[in-house]
Amino acid sequence: MTIATVISTAGGNGFQPPGPADFHLPPVFAEVTKPMMLVVLAAVLVFTFSYFAARPAAVVPGRLQYAGEAVYGFVRNGIARDAIGSEQFLKFVPFLFSLFLFIAVNNYFGLIPFIQYPPMSHFGFPLALALLVWILYIGVGIGKHGFGGYLKHVTIPSGVKGPVLIIIIPLEFLSNILVRPATLSLRLFANMFAGHLLLMLFAFGAEYLLFESQSLINGVAGVLSIVMFGAVTVLELLIMFLQAYVFTLLAATYLGESLADEH
Amino acid sequence: MSESLMAASGEPNPLIPHLSEIVLGAVVFLLLVAAIAKFVVPRFEKAYADRTAAIEGGIADAEQAQAEAKAALEQYTAQLADARHEAAAIREEAKEQGAQIVAEMRSQAQAEAERITSTAHAQIEAERSQVLAQLKGEVGALATELAERIVGESLADDERQKRTVARFIDELEGSAN
Repeated sequence: MTIATVISTAGGNGFQPPGPADFHLPPVFAEVTKPMMLVVLAAVLVFTFSYFAARPAAVVPGRLQYAGEAVYGFVRNGIARDAIGSEQFLKFVPFLFSLFLFIAVNNYFGLIPFIQYPPMSHFGFPLALALLVWILYIGVGIGKHGFGGYLKHVTIPSGVKGPVLIIIIPLEFLSNILVRPATLSLRLFANMFAGHLLLMLFAFGAEYLLFESQSLINGVAGVLSIVMFGAVTVLELLIMFLQAYVFTLLAATYLGESLADEH
Repeated sequence: MSESLMAASGEPNPLIPHLSEIVLGAVVFLLLVAAIAKFVVPRFEKAYADRTAAIEGGIADAEQAQAEAKAALEQYTAQLADARHEAAAIREEAKEQGAQIVAEMRSQAQAEAERITSTAHAQIEAERSQVLAQLKGEVGALATELAERIVGESLADDERQKRTVARFIDELEGSAN
């Protein structure tokens, strides 16, 4: 917001660059806002797609089932089995599959025309998901090792002995228990927030430069701004997938660590 | 909460989460997980399991078919070997039989030839003895006749005597011819 105010005062002549305020939309009705509706819509879409993709359960899949299996197999084999191990991964597949598709669909809402809003740019949603992951992996760890055993499992790396533990234990506790939900949620939130801000900046900038000012240089800058908007859109396509993937992969990794016998 | 923050700084702080969003996000997501776990994952897993079973079944079928084909081939080979063996035996037997038949025929032919020869001999012997008997009779008669002639025509004349004997012998030869 400081950058935004700096630009707006330096520009001086009326262009208001987009800022955090643009994420704060008025409620659609009562207390219900657009991102809230989108989150529900995303859950409905994810379930509808996977339900109809999974329902045939045919040995020779149709197109929809094939598409569903591609995503399902990607999460099941590419994320869950690799990170958790082939013995126990299956019971976490529903959670991780939902996590991946839910985040991905929410992210891509940022690029879909007329929706064009990524709900994960509201910190509350990624935080909710990160807290669920946090509760799950700690719960799984305690379930496997017991409370004391889990604390020991998390804070003492195998093979470390002696006075160095005085430093290691608080550090490990901090990084494994306290920092993880924060980084997990912030990474997703910041990527979506910044990406959407960037898109808005180039879109609003192009509009202002092309229609609100008369000089030729501003017109050229406006066209450039449109080009940049396209480039950032392509970049966002990648980032939106990547963030869903990273979030799911880290969640699976944390679960795998909780279930591991050795640290 | 965010309203007061907005009032304080002029813009909302995006890092302050809305409690309503945390709750909504968690509830919606948990519902989604429950629905996916109940309706989606079992179906996908069933498809996976069915596919694995189908592929394994296919492989087992193929292996069985191959084993059957191999067994059939072995059987045919064995039968073929048997047939060859049998054919060889039959050929051998035929050869033996042939040789036997030839030997039999030969001995038969020999016996026949001997029989024919012996009958011929016997016939010749019979004819000879017949001729001999006939000759005996005739020689007597001829001798008598010759003696009569010699006696009848003057036995004294040596010359005549010789001529008579020669003429007799000529007549004999002529009658023999």
